[in-house]
Order: sequence, then C-alpha cells, then structure tokens
Amino acid sequence: MPGKAFAVVVVIITLVIAYCVITHVWWMPVDISAHGPKIDHQIEETVFGAGILFIAGQLVLASFAFLYGDSKGARKMKAFPGGAKSLIVFACVVVGVEILVLSFIGSKAWASVYFTPPDPDSLRVDVQAGQFAFYFRYPGPDGKFGPLHPDLINEATQNYFGLDTDHDADSKDDIVTAGLAIPVNKPVLLTLHSKDMGHSFDVRELRIQQDFVPGIVIPVHFTALQTGKFEIVCTQLCGLGHYNMKAYLEIMTQADYDNWLKQQAAMQ
Amino acid sequence: MHDMSAHAAAHHAPPSGFIRKYLFSVDHKVIGIQYTTLSLVAAFIGMALSWVMRIHLGWPAASIPFLSTLSPNGAPGGVPTPEYYLSLMTMHGTIMAFFVLTAAPMAGYGNFMLPIQVGAADMAFPRLNMASFWVTFVGFVVASATFIIPDGPPISGWTAYAPLSAVGPAAGPGQGRGQDLWVLSIAFFCVASLLGSLNFIVTTIDLRTKGMTLSRLPLSTWAWFINAWVSLLAFAVLLPTGLLLLLDRVGGTSFFIPGGLVVNDKVLQHSGGSPLLFQHLFWFFGHPEVYIIILPAFGIVAHVMPTFTRKPLVGGWKVITYAMIAIGSLSFIVWGHHMFVSGMSPNMAMVFSVPTLIITIPSVIAVLVFAFSLYGANIRFTTPMLFCLGFISLFISGGIGGFFLAQPAVDSYLHATSFVVGHFHFTMGLSAIFATFAGFYYWFPKMWGRMMNETLGKVHFWLSFVLVYCVFMTMHLMGLTGAVRRYSSYVADFMVPQIPTNRFITVAALLLGAVQFIFLYNAIWSRFKGPKAPDNPWQATTLEWDTTSPPPFDNFDGRQITVRHGPMEYDADASVMQTSPEQSIAGT
Repeated sequence: MPGKAFAVVVVIITLVIAYCVITHVWWMPVDISAHGPKIDHQIEETVFGAGILFIAGQLVLASFAFLYGDSKGARKMKAFPGGAKSLIVFACVVVGVEILVLSFIGSKAWASVYFTPPDPDSLRVDVQAGQFAFYFRYPGPDGKFGPLHPDLINEATQNYFGLDTDHDADSKDDIVTAGLAIPVNKPVLLTLHSKDMGHSFDVRELRIQQDFVPGIVIPVHFTALQTGKFEIVCTQLCGLGHYNMKAYLEIMTQADYDNWLKQQAAMQ
Repeated sequence: MHDMSAHAAAHHAPPSGFIRKYLFSVDHKVIGIQYTTLSLVAAFIGMALSWVMRIHLGWPAASIPFLSTLSPNGAPGGVPTPEYYLSLMTMHGTIMAFFVLTAAPMAGYGNFMLPIQVGAADMAFPRLNMASFWVTFVGFVVASATFIIPDGPPISGWTAYAPLSAVGPAAGPGQGRGQDLWVLSIAFFCVASLLGSLNFIVTTIDLRTKGMTLSRLPLSTWAWFINAWVSLLAFAVLLPTGLLLLLDRVGGTSFFIPGGLVVNDKVLQHSGGSPLLFQHLFWFFGHPEVYIIILPAFGIVAHVMPTFTRKPLVGGWKVITYAMIAIGSLSFIVWGHHMFVSGMSPNMAMVFSVPTLIITIPSVIAVLVFAFSLYGANIRFTTPMLFCLGFISLFISGGIGGFFLAQPAVDSYLHATSFVVGHFHFTMGLSAIFATFAGFYYWFPKMWGRMMNETLGKVHFWLSFVLVYCVFMTMHLMGLTGAVRRYSSYVADFMVPQIPTNRFITVAALLLGAVQFIFLYNAIWSRFKGPKAPDNPWQATTLEWDTTSPPPFDNFDGRQITVRHGPMEYDADASVMQTSPEQSIAGT
C-alpha cells in the first residue's frame, strides 16, 4: 500500500510540474536582443531533453514502487534482467548524446555573446557600479573617454567615475547619467567597471548577465531589437543595499536617443 | 588486520565518570552521537533562520516575535532590516552546509558506524577523534557568537566573496568582527574535518577485521572512505584560503583586494590582489564540498536500501563504488561552473562546462542503480526505506536542474536566480537530508537501543516529501522568470508579480518546518520511551547488527570477528550475516 501511495504521489507531482513547465505558468520574459533567440532556443532544448529524463526517471521510480511491494513470499524475487551493464551503457549513451548536443551545438549561443567581436561601429558606454547604484558614461562629441582617477571619486560632488575635467581634455565632454539609454537596432559595447565590490549587470529581457569585478574592466556587447524601458538589476551580493541596486535601460529610436543625449549633455 | 584491531581495543579501557564517559570521551560511538546531536541542534537553528527569511520575503512588514530581543539593531520592532536579512542568509548557509550537511551523515553516523562496520573496536586515533569533535564544537560556538556581538553576523553569504568579505567594516554592518569570527569558525571546521578525514582513511585501511576485504566493505563505509579523501583534499584548500582572507582583513595584505578600490569615497590602501582568485580558491573547495555532502548520502541509501528490498543492488558493490570514486575525482575539475558570468575568460567557461556535464554520467549511473534495484524486489516500506525512495525522487529532480546550470549560455540567464536556490536545495540540501533521515531512522535502534515510532516516522516522511516539492520546485519555476536570489524584498518592478508565489513558498516552508517537530518529538520520545530494540530489528547483514543495541564499549564484547560474506549476499528470502558460516547461504 505505501508503495502504491508513493507511486501516485510521485506521478501527481511529476504531472503538476510538467503542466507548469509546458504551459509556461512561470516563464522567461520576451527576448529583445539579437543574440537572445539562441539562448532561448538552448533553454527550450534543455527543457525538452532534461524534461524527458525527469519524467522518465520519476515514472520508473513510481512504477517500481507500485509493482514491487513486499509480497510476503507470494512472488519470487528477480534481478533486473539487463544487469548493471545495460544501465551503464544507457547512462553513457543518453547522457553522452545530451552532452554532445548541449555543449557542442549549444556552445554557439555562448559564442554568439562572448566569442564574436563587437561591431567596430558600436555605441560605447562605460558603466560604473558601486554600492548601490549604476552610473553610465557616454564619450561625448569627441568620441573619447577621459581617464579615471579613483581618488577623485566623490558621491557628494557627483563625480561617480573619478573624472578630472580640469586637466583631462577627453573628460570635458563626457556625459555621465544615472540611466542607460541606447538606440534600437544599434550594436552597443558596454565596458563594466566596479569601484568597490563585485556587482552584476543583469537585464532579463536582453538575456545578459555579467559580473563586475573590481580591478578588471569587462566588455559586454549586444544589440537591442525593440524599444521600451527595462530594469537593470544587480545580481551579485554587494552589501546591505544589494536588493535595491537598480537602474533603467531605455531603448529608443535613433532620433529620440539623439535628443536624449543632447538633454543629458546640457545637464552636465 | 585483526591484530591492529586488537591493538586499537587496548588503546583505552571503558571510562568511568561523567566527564570521560559522555563529555570528553574517546569512544567513537559517543563522538558519533555528539556529532549527530550537534548537527540536530544546528539544523533546527539553521531552519529557524530560514523561517525568518521566508516570513520576511512573503510579508516584508511582518513583525517576527522574539527577533527584536535577539537583535535590537538587526530587527527593530521585529522586522529584519535588509542587512540583517543577509546576515540570517549567511548564517543559514554556513550552519546548514558545514555544521549539518557535512557533519551529520559523515562525522555523525560515520564515527559511530564505520569502526563497527569494519569490525574494529574504535577509530585508529581515538584522541584525535575526540579533538575533531571538540574543534568542530568550538567552530560552531564561534559561528553562533556572531549573533550576540553588536555588529551581528556577516552579510557576505556562505561563499564570502572578496572584496565584500575582505575590506572590513567599511563594507557594511557585520563585515567587521562578525566576518572575522566567521573566518575563524570555518578555519576550526576545516581543521576538524582534516583530522576526521585522516581518522576515517586510516581506520578503513588498517583496522578491518579478519576477512573484511575491500569487496566486503559495506557501501556506507565505502562512501565514508571515498569521502574522507575528497574532504582531505578540499578542506586543505579552504583552510589556507580562509587564512589568506583573514590576513587581508587584519594583516594589511592584498591577496584578494585589487588597487584603487573606493569605499565611502575613500581609496583603500590595498593593491594587486584578485577577487577572482578568491572565487577560484573558494569553489575549488566549494564544488567538491557539495559532493562531500552527497557521497555519504549515496552510501547511506546504498546501505539501507538492500536491507528493505531484500536483494543486492544492481551491479553489486562495484558499480556504485566506482561511480562514487568517479564522482569524487571529477568533483575537483568542475568548480568553474560557478563562475561562468564571473568575469573569468569565456574560454574557461567552455572548459568547465564539459566535465560538469560529464560528471552527470556517474551520477546518473548511481541513480539508475538505486532505481533499478527496486525491480523485482519485495520492498518493505519502512520509514528508512521511504526516505530512500524520497531521496531518489529528489535527486532526480535536482539533477535535472544541473543540465541547465552546467551550460554557460543557459546559466547566463539563470545564474543568481531562485532556480539555483531550488537546484542546490534539492541536490545537496534535501536529497542529503532525506538520506540523513533514512540513516537516522535506520540506525536509531543501534545508536540508542530503542525503536522509533513507525507511524510518526511515516507521517514525517509523507508531509516532508510533498512540502519539499512545494517549496523548492516552485523556486525552480519562479527562477525561470528571472527572480533574483539574495534579495530581502521584491522592490524590482519585475519581481513584484512573484510576491504571491513567494507567499506560497513561505507557507509551504513554514509547514515543512513544523513537520520537523514531529520528527524531533519522535526522536526524543523514542530515546526514552520507545520499545527496546532487538540486536537486528531490520534483518540486516552488516556487522553493526551483529552486536547488541547499543553496542558494548569495545563493540563486540571481546569477540573475535571473522567476516565470511559481502554485505549483500542474501539467500532466497532472508539475510545472511556477514559473519555467518559458509553453509548458511545454501540456496544461493
């Protein structure tokens, strides 16, 4: 009896989970990036492949528990006819195929983000993460970023990047903002700096999550294909305000973006 | 081999007096019970911390009774501050990973059972054994002390990533004395684990009784033996890592702190260190650590299941043992999968992804062996057996999540979401806990000489099994929406829609916690009032059941033990004790 009950409970749990996954009760938000479809495709492929293993595994367990309760001697015990060899072969083949599919075909998704060089005409934006805010820097009309001076970083004077606008010519026209705005369909190259702790740049809809590491400048590039406003959140534990560290990404038409940048430049 | 065993018996005579008998005992059985009890206390503390986190996540404004008394600063009016939430999270992870999951199934049961299972009178180094427990205890006291110092516990998580963990009080509340104590506590734990591992290894190699060949070792002993090697290598890396971190904190060094850091508008006087080095060193320990937790669980299930299926595991002792050796070895080359988005070279992500997927092969073999060993059996659905079945189901579910997180591209979406929280709770958390419960119900009669109540045990199993799925599978699903972990409240716009899901998880988690009191009641009641246990209540075959319940001081009352069979040599219906003469297995 407990075996049959166990089987029923396991089958119900399996069906409920399968239903939730198949009908997308909880699911990813719509992807807005050029590389995202590859990642989504890989997630879906994994859901399919691993999902079959999950359902098969639970059903085998449930059916054995259902069938092979103590018969008090009424049924003669028997060994699994395939023996260990068949299980080992099965594990190697099934998991082996899964590894081949997932890591070799799937590596394209990773390569599309990390092994493809950024477009030379990318819009470059510097990102500074610190406890507990993101700041963004655009190079201004000269197209050049001025150098950073950690000793000049000062929250009170809003010098979030440590720019020396008195001495560095390239810094004079740099535009620093609290939100990230980019034109739609335009390749973007972000360079991530952290002034204090580990942080992370996570935009679900862009399918991008990348840590900031203090001491290292990390490049990330992408192209957004839809306009809209999305949240950038920190996903690397960075201290007491971690949960509240966020900024907004606004994806605009080129014309709107040009206007926005002009306004920001005027506010510096 | 048996000479060594006799020698070990001569190590020490039965002690008299309370202190030597129960407190500073060198008897491995007392030490095993001390470890198990410490883990039980730690488990309830760790669980209570998770309740506070869950209540706060579900109802952020709720005032939690007694919390403001425990920490007036951390929870004014009983509502935890965001930083106190992180403190609770850090200590929940630390206590559960180290003092419960690493301690109970290995140091707790292993200490009690391993010497008996190999036919020895005690561990190879009884005094060292006593030292490892008391050093662990000091580590636990030091960790607990973080709750009563003014700063409170650290907020940097059980992984203590630098530079948050390295730069001292400037990094936030709890990062001062609290983080120092945390590092010390872990250092104590490392020392204790290293001593314990040496003891397990030497005992298994040297103290086996006559006829106890490697092929006749019970699978639980095999698991503890393999695990001792993994522990020895892994904790040997965590200990110096902790000490380097401590030097960065108090000695002015810069192992993990780069130059030019600006905290509170001040440039720190450090230069040249690497935060990624800390992550590499931590996970070089950290990933083997999850196998350090799960291998004894495999061992317990492999040991307990055949007793109740009344037949050997598929592939006998060899397949599961080789699978455990493969898992233990591969566990040292997969650590980078924790760091796909950390900023290390993207090439390395591909390098670490492949062994991470390959390690699923021995894991799948182990699960298949467990599941297909049920085929054609006469399963006795006792409480320990039900927990073994629950283990298999949970480990399948947890393992499936591994396929997702092992792939860099998929992980770049799921990293740091509640999917990861659900995944590791299923695999190293609840699978290991279910196996630990299987071991507890199975060995309780031997350890305390009384039977536990089966009805309460089954109620405990059924409710736990269903509620565990409600809590942790829901976390997986919520993680698919990108819901971020380590957030004390859901202020991000996209996480607001998940508040009802969070409340569901909270209610299920609180019920799951409440169910554990059925277990606690059963354990305490049975310890004093349970029916007296016979020597071998489960008709098992291994040596711990070949002596009284509980065993005498020298385990076998001076009997010379000669082993003639493997632990899974059954005849048509009944079991054959490992010491039985040859003729008793007629019919096989």
